[in-house]
Amino acid sequence: MISLEGLTKRYGEKVAVNNLTFEVRPGIVTGFLGPNGAGKSTTMRMILGLDHPTSGDVRIEGRHYAELRDPLKSIGALLDATANHGGRSAYHHLLCLAQSNGLPERRVHEVLDIVGLTAVAKKKAKGFSMGMGQRLGIAAALLGDPRILMFDEPVNGLDPEGIHWIRTLMQRLASEGRTVFVSSHLMSEMALTAEHLIVIGQGRLLSDLSMADFIRQNSRSYVRVRTPERERFLDVLRSAGLTAMETGDVLELDGVAAEQIGELAARHGLVLHELSPQQASLEEAFMRLTAESVEYHAHSGPAADEQAPWGAGWKKG
Amino acid sequence: MAVAQVVRSEWTKVRSVASTVWTLSVALVVTVALGVLISWLTRREFGNMPARDRLTFDPTFISFAGMSLGQLAMIVFGVLVVSNEYSTGMIRTSLAAVPQRGVFYGSKLAVATAPAFAVALVTAFASFFLGQAMLGPHRTSLGEEGVLRAVVGGALYMTLIAVFSMGVAAMLRSPMLSLGVLMPLFFLLSPILGTVEATKKVGQYLPDQAGARVMQVVTIDDDVPYGPWGGFGIMALWCLVVLAGGYLLLKRRDA
Ligand SMILES: Nc1ncnc2c1ncn2[C@@H]1O[C@H](COP(=O)(O)OP(=O)(O)OP(=O)(O)O)[C@@H](O)[C@H]1O
Ligand SMILES: [Mg+2]
Repeated sequence: MISLEGLTKRYGEKVAVNNLTFEVRPGIVTGFLGPNGAGKSTTMRMILGLDHPTSGDVRIEGRHYAELRDPLKSIGALLDATANHGGRSAYHHLLCLAQSNGLPERRVHEVLDIVGLTAVAKKKAKGFSMGMGQRLGIAAALLGDPRILMFDEPVNGLDPEGIHWIRTLMQRLASEGRTVFVSSHLMSEMALTAEHLIVIGQGRLLSDLSMADFIRQNSRSYVRVRTPERERFLDVLRSAGLTAMETGDVLELDGVAAEQIGELAARHGLVLHELSPQQASLEEAFMRLTAESVEYHAHSGPAADEQAPWGAGWKKG
Repeated sequence: MAVAQVVRSEWTKVRSVASTVWTLSVALVVTVALGVLISWLTRREFGNMPARDRLTFDPTFISFAGMSLGQLAMIVFGVLVVSNEYSTGMIRTSLAAVPQRGVFYGSKLAVATAPAFAVALVTAFASFFLGQAMLGPHRTSLGEEGVLRAVVGGALYMTLIAVFSMGVAAMLRSPMLSLGVLMPLFFLLSPILGTVEATKKVGQYLPDQAGARVMQVVTIDDDVPYGPWGGFGIMALWCLVVLAGGYLLLKRRDA
């Protein structure tokens, strides 16, 4: 379990992480979603005690990171696949980490085996492909057989096979009862792996929901209409108390059934070229969610002055 | 966090990168070879030297002449062993494994200083013995007063050059920036201050000039206000200052 309370990080004027409060629970994969620059990596660095929070608190199983004895046995993390000395072999990289936490050398061979790097264990890390580097980082995270695992954009730069491997690995780790916290800026990726979803934008918490609830609440359905009698159709809508969003020659109507529009058009003798119910993708839902956070900031003062995180309404009870 | 674990880990780090071996071996080879060459040249030119120079001739110090260049490799060793962590991003992996930054820092310094001292000790004795062999009739021996102290002092001097570089690198983090400060300090500023009479008084308190005093045996006829160990103490103080600076910054900064 990872618990954040009011976690905030400023870099000079820039508020990278703004008053984040949430918990990451064991037994499931929790997705940490946000567009580029949302503050995901910064949050993860604070969880590991690498960056000092400006204010707020973060705890691992109730304790501060620096209080953990042999932290690799509690939490393993992959932040950046290139965070190793290129001139050092994979074996020695893992060995020095293992030794620092009193882990036996046997573990080095075990994790090399798990990630499939045994054959190149004595090779220098600078010769590794992106995928191999990612696997080395994951091997380091698994070294201490920790109850909590944290991965920052682990599928970045991986081929489909590598992506599939990581997905399966994360789900297996969660099914063993571990806490798995994984960041991404791709909703589609999260939809496939995560059971719980935390969304941030501009450092603020936008949503903290199970994946099922997120889909239920955020998948917008609308009706798509094309008509040659655009002006008259809009008048009819207006008198029926409905509004349409115009995109090109297409009209989109929210919160109304296609049947109702069809009947309305028939009653006024309107010609329709298209009348189709639509379901916005999760990716769109995510973009809408985060775009709103950007828009919100554009016409309000400095973000840090705001107290309640925007989108608190999405937060589950 | 058991300190012994971290020391073992740091030792694995130091011995598993090529730069450790090449910097330390270059320090040894260059220092000894240059010392031998200069000792040999000195013997040949001895007769042509002014009488005053012949009187204050210091055969021990001459055999360490190679250190002026060999210390360059020691500086590079000290800089790389610390700044490697930052330039590669390894520091985040390291501090996630050892969040007690003081333990991490202390272990790294201790572990990097040990091989530097071992190599410096071999370098100092090899420079001395080979240098004396070249000097022929003008040589001195370990039994003479102050000579053993100067040879051991030479080893300590070289070690502290590496330690000082580690402290500077811990403060500046970037290898290029650290070398960009250390090189001009030791190879421009110090020699320039040392040649001009007016600035000598300041230059003699620089770490390398003060520390080099411990390698000298014959020191008549100069007005340096400190003895061999006094000078060495000044150099050690410089090291303490930069090491403390490095510690405070590591403690405070985001990794
Ligand atoms: N050390 C730093 N100094 C100054 N600003 C920083 C620093 N680290 C991060 N930032 C800023 O904080 C914000 C959050 O960055 P962060 O890397 O945490 O985002 P992210 O969600 O991980 O983005 P990405 O998806 O691109 O990885 C960005 O605007 C970034 O420019
Ligand atoms: Mg990031």
